[in-house]
Amino acid sequence: MKPTRIGTAASAALLLVLTAACSAGSGTSGSGSTGGGGGGGADTSLTVGLVAEPVSLDFTTKDGAAIPQALLDNVYETLVTVDQQGELKPSLAKSWKVSDDGKTYTFDLVDNAKFTDGRPFTAKDAVYSINRVKTDWTVSLKAAMDVVQDAKALSDTQLQVTLSKPSNNWLYRMSTRVGAMMTETAVADLATKPVGTGPFVFEQWRRGDSISLKANPAYWGTKPYFQQVTLKYFKDPTALNNALLTKTIDVIGTVQAPESLAQFQGNDAYQIIEGTTNGEVLLSFNNGRAPFNDLKVRQAARYAIDHKALLDTCWAGHGTLVGSMVPPTDPWYEDLTGLYPHDLAKAKSLLSQTNAAATPVRLRIPSLPYAVSCGQVVKSQLEQAGFKVTLDQLEFPAVWLSTVFTDADYDMSIVAHVEPRDLPAVFGDPKYYTRYDNKQLQADLAAADAGTPEEQVTLMKKAAKELSEDAAGDVLFVLPNLMVAEKGITGLPKNAITESFELAPLARS
Amino acid sequence: MLLQILRRTGTLVASLVVSSMLVFVFMALLPGDPARVALGVNASEASVAQLRQEFGLDRPLVSQYLSWMGGFVRFDLGTSYVSQAEIAPQIIDRLQVTLWLVVCAMVLALVIAVPFGTVMALRHRKPSGLVLSALSQVGVAVPAFLAGILLITVFAVKLQWLPANGWTPPDEDPVQFVRQLILPVLALGLVQAAVLTRYVRSSVLDVQREDYIRTARAKGLGPARALRRHGFRNAAIPVVTVLALQLATLLIGAVVVERVFVIPGLGSLLLDQVANRDLIFVQDIVMLLVLAVLLVNFVVDLLYLVIDPRLKVATP
Repeated sequence: MKPTRIGTAASAALLLVLTAACSAGSGTSGSGSTGGGGGGGADTSLTVGLVAEPVSLDFTTKDGAAIPQALLDNVYETLVTVDQQGELKPSLAKSWKVSDDGKTYTFDLVDNAKFTDGRPFTAKDAVYSINRVKTDWTVSLKAAMDVVQDAKALSDTQLQVTLSKPSNNWLYRMSTRVGAMMTETAVADLATKPVGTGPFVFEQWRRGDSISLKANPAYWGTKPYFQQVTLKYFKDPTALNNALLTKTIDVIGTVQAPESLAQFQGNDAYQIIEGTTNGEVLLSFNNGRAPFNDLKVRQAARYAIDHKALLDTCWAGHGTLVGSMVPPTDPWYEDLTGLYPHDLAKAKSLLSQTNAAATPVRLRIPSLPYAVSCGQVVKSQLEQAGFKVTLDQLEFPAVWLSTVFTDADYDMSIVAHVEPRDLPAVFGDPKYYTRYDNKQLQADLAAADAGTPEEQVTLMKKAAKELSEDAAGDVLFVLPNLMVAEKGITGLPKNAITESFELAPLARS
Repeated sequence: MLLQILRRTGTLVASLVVSSMLVFVFMALLPGDPARVALGVNASEASVAQLRQEFGLDRPLVSQYLSWMGGFVRFDLGTSYVSQAEIAPQIIDRLQVTLWLVVCAMVLALVIAVPFGTVMALRHRKPSGLVLSALSQVGVAVPAFLAGILLITVFAVKLQWLPANGWTPPDEDPVQFVRQLILPVLALGLVQAAVLTRYVRSSVLDVQREDYIRTARAKGLGPARALRRHGFRNAAIPVVTVLALQLATLLIGAVVVERVFVIPGLGSLLLDQVANRDLIFVQDIVMLLVLAVLLVNFVVDLLYLVIDPRLKVATP
């Protein structure tokens, strides 16, 4: 009976390993959730597929768009918010008044909002939240609150904020994560257990997989249709598409590969939503050193780019051509594509007046889908005009950040600037990686911030045009907001122009 | 026997020390600043510098290595740079997912490879053996991720029999758990089975040519019986070796397969943390994988002693 001994030993070992795996697996979801998960089940649950998963739930200390995308307007609310047209509208503040000198804001707050831990929301919480940005936040976005001199509660429902100088930008930033209203009792667990006044309550975060939210039964505003929402994260665009095709998810929140839309087009089971975003895909120039410190070289590069052809090739024709650093939903948008039409002859002649054609320029792009697919096209278009271009792809974020962003060791790059109203950040600070130092532009931007809302529009228009004429960079296109959803889902936003993915308006018909 | 075990333990420890140094050096050579990545595009130079100090990245490499290894030995894996959460519980959480994948794939590979490999050897040069042989050859050539994509396209997207991706813990919804596990296990297991089948086949073929099998046949045993009584134990030695080596391939294959099937296992965790430049985290995961592979090889070395009594006689 000798041979069978090995067999017995082997099967015993196997059984042991399997049992170990079994008992190990059963510990996976210890967080006491009542299930839910997948797209199936009741009609009032929804699963949305997204791309970038947050690294933490605390946007006061961690940067990145994924945290506010999940939490802002869903779990946390702000005093004011931005609508689909890019206009400010009331949220936790019913209304607000600005003093004549533009420095004092008085907000009338709603009186029936409650945090999900049961405490009522009052002006004191607003004061606490505003002050906390200055004292405890570590991300650099907190600079938006620097202009606040004093915040005080006049009553439970009245808040007064005094600024050190008039700033249009401040009120706008109050609609972003910086303006999120928090409660003092919950800030200890910001990274794992966010508490806000919003239509949804944070339920569970399964790292590497999904975040689940459930409807807030005590919400002060219009209650959401969906009782259970799961945000599920996919690194791979194909996996994301497959998840919708096999009904694992109900909505693709961001289509990462526009050429893959074809498989949903003409299919009655799906709807495609196409709008715009704040993401300007910028062909950036290093304005601080040769050859791009020379206006003629920058102009030559702008004339060399055939934007229409580029958009068709690298983003399947989806997106908007704008001609400056302003997306179509900003109040000061105007179409500036006419300033630098595609003109190879002009590009060649401008370039020949300089000696830039002699040495190769370095186009150093991040390893991101849009940059990789546009990089080759930009290179070949520039080469047609006589540029010599070497293209390297740097791993994003780590290598690109340190090489291009921090050290500015590049001549050209391609990156989408997705923050709202980011023209001043990208071109107003000479230390930023674009290394663009234009005193006139800086003065105009400061005046736009301090002026009346009308003056702001006029001056921002002027700044955008100045920037475009001076060829400080070339905005290739504005990224489209592309979503695919099951036919019956309603309320999906056409434009993605805030930091949040607002879930409350969604419903199933 | 004891000497053999001691000698092999020594080799294990030495390999661990050398590989920990290699892992650490490679991580240190990786371009990109963890502090900058953690803080993002908008952070100021001053706050990046402060975070570098908090991470201890400004210390000399030797002292960074020693404090990492010191913690590792005490199973204190440290805290993540990026999320500032304890690393050990996160790894354990993800490991439970990957274990399912790897163990099930291994079992599948064995269940397929042993009978098929044996049949292929017994039907050597017969049409049925040739067909199986050709099939396994194809299987060897297909990488696991490609198998995964093909399986998804056919069984999930076209036929809609099984989910395309995702993961549900078994205690939450056992049915969904099994449905979601089938395709990734097939992707990983079939490829391994193809490789293993070829080893079983050649190993059985070798054994069949041995004198003792001829003697057994001459005594009147049929080919299958002769193999069962006298051949399997001998054929098992090379197969067990390959099986151990395959565990390493399986763990690496799992990294890719997890990405294709959106499974929150150790592999996807590793890829995420490399992108985040969460160096301590990456070092910990890689080191644990190295530890697992070396330990398996160590156990296999010891198993030889059980399988092949000749090795028990120490050659001093």
